[in-house]
Amino acid sequence: MLTRRIIPCLDVKAGRVVKGVSFVNHRDAGNPVELAAIYNQEGADELVFYDITASSDERQIMVDVVEQTARQVFIPLTVGGGIRTTDDMYRMLRAGADKVSINTAAVMNPQMIEDGARRFGSQCIVLSIDARRVPTGADEHDQASPPQWRVFTHTGANPRPTGLDAVEWARRGVELGAGEIVLNSMDADGQQTGYDLELLRTISDVVEVPVIASGGVGSPDDMYRGLIDGHADAVLAASIFHFRTYTIPQVKAYLAERGVPVRRVEGATA
Amino acid sequence: MITVLNYGAGNLPNVVRALEHVGAQVLVTEVPEVVREATSLVLPGVGATRDTMQSLQRLGLTEVIAQVVARGRPFLGICVGMQVLCTESEEFGNHSCLGLVPGVVRRFPGGQKVPQIGWNQVQYAESMRSHPLFAHIPSGSEFYFVHSYYCDVADPSLVAGQTTYGLPFPSVLIRDQLIATQFHPEKSGTCGLQLLRNFVLLSEQ
Repeated sequence: MLTRRIIPCLDVKAGRVVKGVSFVNHRDAGNPVELAAIYNQEGADELVFYDITASSDERQIMVDVVEQTARQVFIPLTVGGGIRTTDDMYRMLRAGADKVSINTAAVMNPQMIEDGARRFGSQCIVLSIDARRVPTGADEHDQASPPQWRVFTHTGANPRPTGLDAVEWARRGVELGAGEIVLNSMDADGQQTGYDLELLRTISDVVEVPVIASGGVGSPDDMYRGLIDGHADAVLAASIFHFRTYTIPQVKAYLAERGVPVRRVEGATA
Repeated sequence: MITVLNYGAGNLPNVVRALEHVGAQVLVTEVPEVVREATSLVLPGVGATRDTMQSLQRLGLTEVIAQVVARGRPFLGICVGMQVLCTESEEFGNHSCLGLVPGVVRRFPGGQKVPQIGWNQVQYAESMRSHPLFAHIPSGSEFYFVHSYYCDVADPSLVAGQTTYGLPFPSVLIRDQLIATQFHPEKSGTCGLQLLRNFVLLSEQ
């Protein structure tokens, strides 16, 4: 049976992990290569590096980080952030990334999804979507209208609305060749109260490709609900792993006890 | 020395890194005359069978691959490198493949996510449990898969490992020295590295 994937995400700036990782003793806690190796030992099913470097000069550092990681860690590696052209994709894939994740650049130029999929295969192209729920009140008949979500770009300090409907954008992205979708709820992100399950389920049920839940995880139960109620194929998380609130083996033990198929790694104890 | 076929497959660098990591000396080439002399050959692959076949044909590699296999040299096909061994593929319209393993490359049935992406268990055939390729890797271990198509092989005795995704499909084929995996050993963590190490050992015999 296909297992559900647990994916830690590391934000990297100029070759260093930001948003502190608190658990690493006697090691370089800011070194993405070492952290990747640790998460790999613990049974991470994939890794995501998200490059938040602003300047293009520093992008080469990310290429080096990817290359060093790929020499030591033999599980799938996705790189996102700052990828604007298929040549940017090529540099990361050549360095050892298995997939590239695109977000703002895909909204600006959807053709990029198709070009990337043609050149490297759909399995390399992950469409990352940041979505926010549109406030909908009940109408005059007290009938709640169906929920809607809109796509935003440049999320962080200054998110920009695109007007795109998130469900439509997901569908279109897959038509263009995206092989997976990472779905981030901006409403849930940082709240640690769980994924937006309705958003997840709505999109997971309309696209044929796997959907990875992101944004809002505070506990293993949130992940369980994302996988079961949200119909997600994989879950991505940052803080709860970095701050050691829960370890990957703990999350997997929790899921396994509830009948969710997960990959258990020998020697990684909860 | 392990020869890795360089025909433009996206996972080539990662296959080479993983082989080097387990101690192999690797030669990367696309020159037919060099491939013909390979004592052990790896055919990596991602993407579509049609593109892969076209690349192999353009580089004049289809016959030498068959020659290396016919000579009984250890051979490892990975993912699409496994699928192109079949007789034909239904991907993007029917087309012929290498025909080294009778069988058809078919798309997974609907009603589930396609592609299959992630870690899935490989169950060994009873008769293959003690095969040196599987040394130190228990049956039922998980490997990393990314694919929308699978090999529907005509001869069930070639199926050394089986995996289920909507239906049971061959995840490892073995016929003498010809070996193929639908999963990516180079991305399957400890188990994948062990499998590559086993292949390297088997190549050195």
